[in-house]
Amino acid sequence: MFSKLGLKAGLLSLLIFLIFIGTWSLATYHKEAPAVSAADAEYAAMMGKGAGKTGGFPPPSEVGAAFVTYLSDPFYDKGPNDKGIGIQLAHSLWRVGLGFFLAVIVAIPLGFAIGMSPLLFQALNPFIQILKPISPLAWMPLALYSLKDSDVSGIFVIFICSLWPMLINTAFGVAAVRRDWINVARTLEVKPLRKAFQVILPAAAPTILTGMRISMGIAWLVIVAAEMLVGGTGVGYFVWNEWNNLALPNVIFAVAMIGLVGMVLDQLFGSLQKLVTYRE
Amino acid sequence: MTQHFLSVEGLQKVYPAADGKPNPPVFDNIHFGIERGEFVCIIGHSGCGKTTILNVLAGLEEASSGVVIMDGKEVKGPSLDRGVVFQSHALMPWMTVLGNVAFAAKSRWPEWSKAKIDEHCTTYLEMVGLGHAIHKKPAELSGGMKQRVGIARAFAIEPKMLLLDEPFGALDALTRGTIQDELLKVVQATSQTVFMITHDVDEAILLADKVILMSNGPLAKIAEIVEITMPRNRTRAEMHHDPQFYRIRNHLVDFLVNRSKSYAGSDAAVLHDARHPPVVRPGLAADEPPPSDSTRPILKQVVNQ
Repeated sequence: MFSKLGLKAGLLSLLIFLIFIGTWSLATYHKEAPAVSAADAEYAAMMGKGAGKTGGFPPPSEVGAAFVTYLSDPFYDKGPNDKGIGIQLAHSLWRVGLGFFLAVIVAIPLGFAIGMSPLLFQALNPFIQILKPISPLAWMPLALYSLKDSDVSGIFVIFICSLWPMLINTAFGVAAVRRDWINVARTLEVKPLRKAFQVILPAAAPTILTGMRISMGIAWLVIVAAEMLVGGTGVGYFVWNEWNNLALPNVIFAVAMIGLVGMVLDQLFGSLQKLVTYRE
Repeated sequence: MTQHFLSVEGLQKVYPAADGKPNPPVFDNIHFGIERGEFVCIIGHSGCGKTTILNVLAGLEEASSGVVIMDGKEVKGPSLDRGVVFQSHALMPWMTVLGNVAFAAKSRWPEWSKAKIDEHCTTYLEMVGLGHAIHKKPAELSGGMKQRVGIARAFAIEPKMLLLDEPFGALDALTRGTIQDELLKVVQATSQTVFMITHDVDEAILLADKVILMSNGPLAKIAEIVEITMPRNRTRAEMHHDPQFYRIRNHLVDFLVNRSKSYAGSDAAVLHDARHPPVVRPGLAADEPPPSDSTRPILKQVVNQ
């Protein structure tokens, strides 16, 4: 099933991973920690689970243990500060999904209109150019003030950061539809709605999907930062919470999970993209 | 003026220059008519506005002045009455071959059922020899097959008139030959009225009832209308045995190589009535020695009434 190249690449990946773990182990290896004084031990007990892990950067074994602990029970819920990684990820994915969906609803029709009308394009272009480079987190205070809800504000931040790549790519894709195809539709007297859905949309779909893929990537980057700010739930909050606990193995575990989920999301849009791409 | 099926009267096209001032018109004062069921080819050098004329007939472009009247109605905008075959085939790559043709047929007859549309389209695809490939995507077809789909699509809407913009320009000679034969067959079977741009003199002689010769642009005009007097049932394999063939061919080539320039621009050396360009029948002229001074235009048997 695997090609020869694929097998070789897989082996090489494994080797790189082992070297990485090995180097990490060596770098974090240290002699037996000096015996803790009675006071320190008491302090550690008071501080709870995190304090025991303050002895320098955690070695792979500790991080591995964190993986096992969290993945063996991903959906537990022991109050607001102690939820399983599955629940946290679900909260983040829900925010990203909702914000992204709202952005799709706005960006695709608006992008269509901008792409079809040079007038609209010229009129809206200055706004888009100014709004596009604003860090989505810069909107956070305004969102919190006017929406008065941290959860909704998080969703708004995702909405605003997903909007621009989709809007611009949709407009570009629609404007760049081959003149010949439009002319075919014109000579066939195709009605506007049918033209939009059967000619322009399929023709621009690969570009639109590229915009959606970029948007989803950015949304997943931004949600972590946004949740660190608004707190409460989500994988970003989890990272910040474990940092406050000084539980670095948990932070590393969460970082790895963020990467993993981001990859899955990207692959998802990658396969969607493949679905609508046409060969000429 | 007698009533033609399609008449073009006083057509002119001016493209604005980059600095906003008007250029000299690409072509000016173009008059010609096409009868029902006639196959007309237009030949001329690049830049004489052939494609613009075709686009005006199709309704895709507006002329700067002049009118086109087809079947008693002025041509304003594109219409299902005129099928267009584009130079670059213009198939939609996300649809199958059948899907492309069905898209056109559905536009023509929105009330038809899918089964009826598919059956109708399959008939036309079989006519151009693509019955075996109807479920393929255009990307899986060769250039010649793609152009056949384009032709089937134009025929499938059963237009009053067919416009072909150099449809075989991008094909190799062998493929071009077979598709020319197929086009000829379908045109004869459906007695379709056709207007076609070509650069290929042999192609024009094979397919056309008459050939419109354009002088060079800017200020291009119709220099001559050549009637192809060979019998209609000519074939690619046989037509060069007809003594008329070389007379017509020489006449056309001679025009393109030597005479098209002398009509150009304001220094047109030839007295010329744009409303009634000379109609010539070189095929019927008796053999005569080649003209010694080839730059001097020689009209053979003008038959205008």
